[in-house]
Amino acid sequence: MEASLRAHRPAALLIFAFLSLIAVSSSAAQEIQILNAERRIDLSSQVAIVFLTLKVENTGKAAASDVILAFPPTEADHLAEVKAQAASGKKRKKTYAHLIVEPTDVPDAPNGAKGFRVALLNPLSPGETSTIEVLYMLTHSMEPFPAEISQSDPQLVYYRDSAYILSPYRIKQQTTFIKTPSTNVQSFSRVEPTNRASMELKYGPYEDLPAYSYAPVLVHFENNNPFAVVEELVREVEISHWGNLQITEHYTLAHGGAKLKGVFSRVEYQSRPSASGVSSFKNLLARLPPRVHSVYYRDEIGNISSSRLRTDSRKSELEIEPRYPLFGGWKSTFIIGYGLPLEDFLFESTDGKRYLNFTFGCPLSGTVVDKLTVKVVLPEGSKDPTAIIPFPVEEHMETKYSYLDVVGRPVLVLEKKNVVPEHNIPFQVYYSFNPIFMLAEPLMLVSTVFFLFASCVAYLHIDISIRKG
Amino acid sequence: MASPESAVNGPTSSTAAASKSLRNAFGGVIAFIILVLIGVLAFSIRLFSVIKYESVIHEFDPYFNYRVTQFLSKNGIYDFWNWFDDRTWYPLGRVIGGTVYPGLTLTAGTIWKVVNSLNIPLSVETVCVFTAPIFSAFASWAAYLLTKEVKGPGAGLTAAALLAMVPSYISRSVAGSYDNEAVAIFALVFTFYLYIKTLNTGSLFYATLNALAYFYMVCSWGGYTFIINLIPMHVLLCIVTGRYSSRLYIAYAPLVVLGTLLASLVPVVGFNAVLTSEHFASFLVFIIIHVVALAYYIKGILSPKMFKVAVTLVVSVGLAVCCAVIAILIAVVASSPTKGWSGRSLTLLDPTYASKYIPIIASVSEHQPPTWPSYFMDINVLAFLVPAGIIACFMPLTDSSSFVILYIVTSVYFSGVMVRLMLVLAPAACILSGIALSEAFNVLTRSIKFQLPGIAGNPSIASEENGSSTVVAPNDIPKTEKTEEAAKEKPAKKNRKKEKENVEKKPTPSKTEKRLLVLPLEASVIAVLLLVLLGAFYVVHCVWAAAEAYSAPSIVLTSHSNDGGLHVFDDFREAYSWLSHNTDVDDKVASWWDYGYQTTAMANRTVLVDNNTWNNTHIATVGTAMSSPEKQAWEIFHSLDVKYVLVVFGGVVGYPSDDINKFLWMVRIGGGVFPHIKEPDYLRDGQYRIDAQATPTMLNCLMYKLSYFRFVETDGKGFDRVRRTEIGKKHFKLTHFEEVFTTHHWMVRIYKLKPQRNRIRGKTKKSKSSRSVSSKRDVRGKRNPWH
Repeated sequence: MEASLRAHRPAALLIFAFLSLIAVSSSAAQEIQILNAERRIDLSSQVAIVFLTLKVENTGKAAASDVILAFPPTEADHLAEVKAQAASGKKRKKTYAHLIVEPTDVPDAPNGAKGFRVALLNPLSPGETSTIEVLYMLTHSMEPFPAEISQSDPQLVYYRDSAYILSPYRIKQQTTFIKTPSTNVQSFSRVEPTNRASMELKYGPYEDLPAYSYAPVLVHFENNNPFAVVEELVREVEISHWGNLQITEHYTLAHGGAKLKGVFSRVEYQSRPSASGVSSFKNLLARLPPRVHSVYYRDEIGNISSSRLRTDSRKSELEIEPRYPLFGGWKSTFIIGYGLPLEDFLFESTDGKRYLNFTFGCPLSGTVVDKLTVKVVLPEGSKDPTAIIPFPVEEHMETKYSYLDVVGRPVLVLEKKNVVPEHNIPFQVYYSFNPIFMLAEPLMLVSTVFFLFASCVAYLHIDISIRKG
Repeated sequence: MASPESAVNGPTSSTAAASKSLRNAFGGVIAFIILVLIGVLAFSIRLFSVIKYESVIHEFDPYFNYRVTQFLSKNGIYDFWNWFDDRTWYPLGRVIGGTVYPGLTLTAGTIWKVVNSLNIPLSVETVCVFTAPIFSAFASWAAYLLTKEVKGPGAGLTAAALLAMVPSYISRSVAGSYDNEAVAIFALVFTFYLYIKTLNTGSLFYATLNALAYFYMVCSWGGYTFIINLIPMHVLLCIVTGRYSSRLYIAYAPLVVLGTLLASLVPVVGFNAVLTSEHFASFLVFIIIHVVALAYYIKGILSPKMFKVAVTLVVSVGLAVCCAVIAILIAVVASSPTKGWSGRSLTLLDPTYASKYIPIIASVSEHQPPTWPSYFMDINVLAFLVPAGIIACFMPLTDSSSFVILYIVTSVYFSGVMVRLMLVLAPAACILSGIALSEAFNVLTRSIKFQLPGIAGNPSIASEENGSSTVVAPNDIPKTEKTEEAAKEKPAKKNRKKEKENVEKKPTPSKTEKRLLVLPLEASVIAVLLLVLLGAFYVVHCVWAAAEAYSAPSIVLTSHSNDGGLHVFDDFREAYSWLSHNTDVDDKVASWWDYGYQTTAMANRTVLVDNNTWNNTHIATVGTAMSSPEKQAWEIFHSLDVKYVLVVFGGVVGYPSDDINKFLWMVRIGGGVFPHIKEPDYLRDGQYRIDAQATPTMLNCLMYKLSYFRFVETDGKGFDRVRRTEIGKKHFKLTHFEEVFTTHHWMVRIYKLKPQRNRIRGKTKKSKSSRSVSSKRDVRGKRNPWH
């Protein structure tokens, strides 16, 4: 396999070299080159986590205010999160400043490569250098091969990437490290110089490569980490001003790894747990906020009894087991619900508005969420909801009718694809609410009962017989 | 209760009337509060299952009802009537709208709709879970009304309290037990109440209500035939004993006419309401009552002499007509194979019928005759109080009390035939025990009161309130005093209410209470205490039964480990959940019919047979497949498009009601249709065994193989904890099936049919191969029922 890959490489290299020739001439508006690039790809979980350190130099005449990162289209689809920070200062006293990253169009990018623009804190004046650290994550970037395995087989996956960092700039020197979860690496492509040391593959250093250089590499290795994929997660956060925040989470969980071929033997699974079903998983950990109460874990046919809740003052951990262990390709659905004290999450802002401060992402640790919908159900009668979220999401409004509602509760729906645990950061929903609405439903009940009694009294005092007797 | 007022010495007549009416008002309020409490009790005693387990639908049939309710709430009533369900009885399907008693689902669906239109977001499941407890509260109120009509409000309250917690009824109406009987018992008692009410008042209004209540009962449960036979029996009894009155006519004739018309509106009954033998008794009595009514009418307008002439004339003509009618009837009835009776009804008339002819009815445990302990378990002390109640009903015998007697006698018989019909007995037993307890308290407390100095109170009221609740009885005397004091302080206003109550009370006999029966004081006190003790014992037993015996949802099993922990066996849902998420939505799953409803409801997969058991041949086919060797079984299943086979196996954890224990029924039912399956082949010397002594047919049948596949690897010996023996054949391979899923405790095992093997070695020509297959099939034709 390695041989065939190697045969592919020169051809691809040629193409990219050709493309980059065209590219260089046009992207000269901002003349930036990268002096040194180091990329560390961590493949030890189901998410590929990439640390990219770029030392950027402005070789042009004008000051450069931003740096473009380029991703091949296949990677861009799986890109869950891109973060960048600028490092300044010397080694010991390094300080980091967060940089804004946003998707941008790179008009001259070859083969539909997608670009992300990193806005620098201070424009880079000509001749100056700066160090940018970029962290990005790729979901579903490891493809199981063979795609179907039996219960006793380990799970092998392919990881595809380029030995060269895709960049719209010329890179003077670059190195790529790929970390695999085990020493069992079946095969890997070579783009000399390539080294392998137990769990790490080293590609490079490569000197002086033109922009948009590309050299596809393929790594085939064992990865038995649970590929727990939440295909769809709907989180409903319902605010009650009577003091409770009710969270209901609907999960559609799947095992995204190599599919189980045919037989599942319980006797093998139970008697040889180490050798059988190594890539399967049977429990998950949900990290919930502290002071959680009334936790339930069920699915559409009833309660699932296999769960455990541990709480302390700082966090709550809910350990859940789906009804059956999940093997490759198996699915399961379940619902987790819990209540939280409202004062921990709802605050009043200075302008009199109220705001909810809550975590966005999926509380299950080590999972990837393909589609996350967060529904913030505001109390009946609240107005002007606005959400402040540190990353782009789609949002729209709905109306929900719950206990004895008349006009319905406004629901702010936030949708995001490709969510990884790094998205578990707080977001805020601001809205205005008049506390008088809290009394609407109790008053309604009271008046109903009152009218009931009143009508009873009236009935007893009215003679409705036709004939007086 | 009106007459003993004269015993009170002192107040003038006007104040006596005022205090009496006020006392009535207070009695009414107290009775109302007690009734509310009884309703709360009836509801809450059934919540043990939710508290101890969870809010979930129980057992088998409730899952079907739940699924139908879901369909109803999702698609509306018209789609429900026209629903052809293709998820069951594959490939036949089932017309749900025309084959279910829709009362329960319509009730729950209506509740759900009302609640949701008020924007109270209850799920269909929640509504279904709590329908049964709600209706058991209604049933106890209906029992109060019925007993009040027979023996006064004291007996009514006692009967309601007893019915609220009678274990027999609890067994069918705990929260989650979403079954027809849950609403049907209410409908039954309420129909009887309206019948008695009509009989007592002669009001056409109640007669119409009665027909509507009967209609609801017909909607709810097949047991409506009990009503339509019991009421004619009672009418006949009244006529024979010379108790014919116009009230009887009004109570009966509209019921038959309206009731039959309404009953035939229910699709599942339809023309059965006039065609099957179960209903003939009512028509016969309908004719008789008209003849009798005519006779009474003619007697009224003719002189005695003329009447005699008319009688001879009518009798001779009438006899001839009757003979003709009966001859026609017999001819019609005889033309049908079961003599116009359904199998279950025949089982009731001839208890040995099912075991002789219909194994599928006999195989259901709830169709077996009950044992004596089950009477004690299900109605407890009521069994001893019922005779006393019957005696009380004879003093004096009225139309209504004779009805109650008839009810208890017939229901005792039916409960003796089928353990399931203990449910019909329970209300009757409660009513009669309520009467007995109430009468006993009446006599005893009156004796105490007359002998205690200082309390020259009103015995009838005291006894009435004592009778209202067995437990609080000793505390009632001070309460009565308080009531009287209060009565003197405030003048009464509710004249209308008083009148109403008087009207209601008129039919209840008051003459007996004049006959003062005074027992010795000590004996009375001890007897009261003993009765209270008896009541307390009953309460303790009922609470125990509700909490321990009847609350298990049967889809979740629990066991207590030695260190006090609770171990949950949730294997059924594990398997159904696996099926629903990891198989194709159109895959067919074969299993024994017990699990059909659950598979369609929880796993949403198509099944071959389910608990409806309407097609014996189809069930026999599955039974045959399960009792056949692997290859033949594969062919049967394959011809039915089956993809997965599900078996329930308890050998690892000792779950006794598994498929191996039910297996002989599969053999019997299969053998009943396909004679090549012979029960003796599976028995060694008449004994059913699975150890080394078992017959080779047994050890090679599909059920054995699927149950015990790789079982030996769990403990090395293959020790079956249910049968308490080592299995006979330990190491074997499956050739036509492969294991795809086994639950955590091995209770459910799911196998997949292997795909048809490629034909190799020279059979390249398609025509040739198919011909060889068919010839092969011909050879085997006797063994495989489908070719």
